[in-house]
Amino acid sequence: MATFGNLSDRLADTFKNLRKKGSLSASDVDGTVREIRRALLEADVAFEVVKDFTSRVRERALGDEVNKALNPAQQVVQIVNEELVGILGGQQRRLEFAKTPPTVIMLAGLQGAGKTTLAGKLAKWLAKDGHTPLLVAADLQRPNAVTQLSVVAEQAGVAVFAPEPGNGVGNPVKVAKDGVAYARSRQYDTVIVDTAGRLGVDAELMKQAANIRKAVDPDEVLFVIDAMIGQDAVNTAKAFQDGVDFTGVVLSKLDGDARGGAALSVASVTGRPIIFASTGEGLDDFEPFHPDRMASRILDLGDILTLIEQAQQAFDEEEARKVAEKFATDSFTLEDFLKQMQQLRNMGSIKKMIGMLPGAGAMREQLDSFDEREIVRTEAIIQSMTPAERRNAKLLNGSRRLRIARGAGTTVTEVNQLVQRFEQAAKMMKTVARGGVPQMPGMGPIPGAHGGASRKQAAKSKKKSGSRSGNPAKRAAENSGAATSGAAVPAGSGFGLGLGGGAARSVDAPSEDELAALQKFLGRG
Amino acid sequence: MAERTPWSLSGALRGMFQRPTITEDTWDDLETALVGADFGPDVTEAVIDELRANVERYRTTDPRDLQRMLRETIEERLSKYDTTLRLTERPAVVLVVGVNGVGKTTTIGKFARFLGTYGRSVVVGAADTFRAAAVDQLATWAERGGAQIVRPQQQGQDPASVAFQTVEFAKRTGTEIVIIDTAGRLHTKGGLMDELTKIRRVVEKQAPVSEVLLVLDATTGQNGLAQAQAFIEHAGVTGLVVTKLDGSAKGGFVLAVQEQTGIPIKLVGQGEGIGDLTGFTPHVFAQKLVG
Ligand SMILES: Nc1nc2c(ncn2[C@@H]2O[C@H](COP(=O)(O)OP(=O)(O)OP(=O)(O)O)[C@@H](O)[C@H]2O)c(=O)[nH]1
Ligand SMILES: [Mg+2]
Repeated sequence: MATFGNLSDRLADTFKNLRKKGSLSASDVDGTVREIRRALLEADVAFEVVKDFTSRVRERALGDEVNKALNPAQQVVQIVNEELVGILGGQQRRLEFAKTPPTVIMLAGLQGAGKTTLAGKLAKWLAKDGHTPLLVAADLQRPNAVTQLSVVAEQAGVAVFAPEPGNGVGNPVKVAKDGVAYARSRQYDTVIVDTAGRLGVDAELMKQAANIRKAVDPDEVLFVIDAMIGQDAVNTAKAFQDGVDFTGVVLSKLDGDARGGAALSVASVTGRPIIFASTGEGLDDFEPFHPDRMASRILDLGDILTLIEQAQQAFDEEEARKVAEKFATDSFTLEDFLKQMQQLRNMGSIKKMIGMLPGAGAMREQLDSFDEREIVRTEAIIQSMTPAERRNAKLLNGSRRLRIARGAGTTVTEVNQLVQRFEQAAKMMKTVARGGVPQMPGMGPIPGAHGGASRKQAAKSKKKSGSRSGNPAKRAAENSGAATSGAAVPAGSGFGLGLGGGAARSVDAPSEDELAALQKFLGRG
Repeated sequence: MAERTPWSLSGALRGMFQRPTITEDTWDDLETALVGADFGPDVTEAVIDELRANVERYRTTDPRDLQRMLRETIEERLSKYDTTLRLTERPAVVLVVGVNGVGKTTTIGKFARFLGTYGRSVVVGAADTFRAAAVDQLATWAERGGAQIVRPQQQGQDPASVAFQTVEFAKRTGTEIVIIDTAGRLHTKGGLMDELTKIRRVVEKQAPVSEVLLVLDATTGQNGLAQAQAFIEHAGVTGLVVTKLDGSAKGGFVLAVQEQTGIPIKLVGQGEGIGDLTGFTPHVFAQKLVG
């Protein structure tokens, strides 16, 4: 939906005039809520859910928690995010297994939702986990669905129970029931029942699904829904809930660029958790569902950093521009380094800010171990330097370092570390400021670590560099390649904060979006 | 099949047209109905603005006038484009494309039958050499639709070469219409989209491509627009097929697709039976939608 710009951009506009204000007026909030409403509709969130959601956000945004907040605009975004994650389930849920095997998992959904492929993925995933799954071919409707399931089973290296040819021949209720009995007698510990796609409005076929459910008494009924589905998600989900009463949801085809607002609709209308995400045509393209990633994907909050830093008053734009210039021209000094750190401290809420980044879980942990006292120590060290030393770190020989350490009440090692960090930061920032992507040896990208943002990015980079091969057999390889094609970028905060020394090395690399935001911050965006 | 559910907005609109006069609630209901039909926030806003202006101009307060205006607006918007299928070349080659699971293979079966009833001979090409059992599925549909089929000679054969061989077969045997099934692919996958471009190029070495039909699933939301844009760019789409209109989804997004891309809807699928495919008539569509 590039034509409309994303929500972050539009909200940034809305927030622009709030930057100097301490509090939000009702009309400020209304403007913001309108944008959120529109973004949710563009993401295909059901209208009734949107109305409900926006009125709740509005209420909270006008409430106390926002007016007392350091940065009200930022607080509003946080509220939106919280509410989204809340509806999406907050926590991941795992599959329920039967106390006495076999565990029976039934799949249900519309035509073309991706059930058969999912059956294969689930089986493979379970098998990898030491289970012995059996696939049961109870889609006897769609032409050659039985053949398809058999092929998928073979690819997954699992067994299949397919007594009927399908194409309209055979009774799916009986096949499902026999399948479970077969699994029991052959000691398969999980049974996955593939069923025909059906419309929510097809009373007869919904009844059949209910009968299958009754016949096999499943431990889980998974409702498979296409991430690209529109407003009909609600009708369909309700129909399946009434018809077969599913226990969990699988969101399929998340490898596309659909925002997947259906996830929000289904979760909020049925109260059932989303358990898995299906992300490609290969049998390994399958993962547990992450509510927080989905939240940022729905609102396209991948570049929330831009938004926050625009709304962030602690950073003065003019100052930022000057710093950027210094980076680019190599005249960044320890003095600037110190000034920056002090500014960061003024912001007070760096943890919160970074915590809001999509998929920043790992980073958040690092931040929790980040110690504000480190800034104080750094301050002491830099303040023990002479002005000349601060401006030219090359002057810092052994005896000067010893003097500084004494003055700051610390060790030479600490001084060394600081200087080293400063030099690294300066080098890194220079590259970034000049528009490049700095390389950091030994810092490979972390596949899939950024949720929505990284998936989008993978798709983007794939468009540019993807294999031109027309051979569809290479598809799986291509798909998995995409996940690791993110740019290798430096660890830790771009502001040169040590984040507790070596630990910073394992922090997630920022995504392209974040880097772009950083550049924008540096006045080059 | 279609009569099982009245596919229309009438349910959503009923309350609104039963009120004695047009009030703010009427507009709210209309918005809810249009958004719920997947017209998307922009088209919904445009349609409502237009209708508000009309209601103002004609100084009416009668909801039935509004209903008529709504029907006319939608019909007018839908009939801006020529919905005729161009199949005059011999052979006439039709490429069928779309994302996964939208109903390409099923549509081909129904389309073959559709053409058969007009006395045309048809061969289908199984160029989905990727998905498990896709070739067998197409073979079943070809049989139901009374078409011949050209299969890949080996598993995982280059789809472009299957397409090539199908056209070759048609030329050799004098078969009038060629329909090529392709693997479902998400429009965001560059490599796979390039594959489509290649199929097209290879076919064109033998015969011009008469139609490239993009299949869109009526249950799709606003992502349908992104799909259409990508397939138009990579495969030169000439017509849209809307499927699964037998469900509760209204497929309102196709209106935006048509308007933004200028590509007309040419066929409509309404069920899993061999006969559940019709041409597209804006008047009928608008009538059924609005009531
Ligand atoms: N109710 C209904 N179901 C349909 C319609 N068209 C197709 N289907 C069903 O949708 C499912 C997917 O159809 P396919 O024809 O296999 O779709 P496809 O686009 O060829 O799928 P891939 O090749 O896997 O990408 C099948 O279960 C079809 O029976 C329709 O108009 N109405
Ligand atoms: Mg197909």
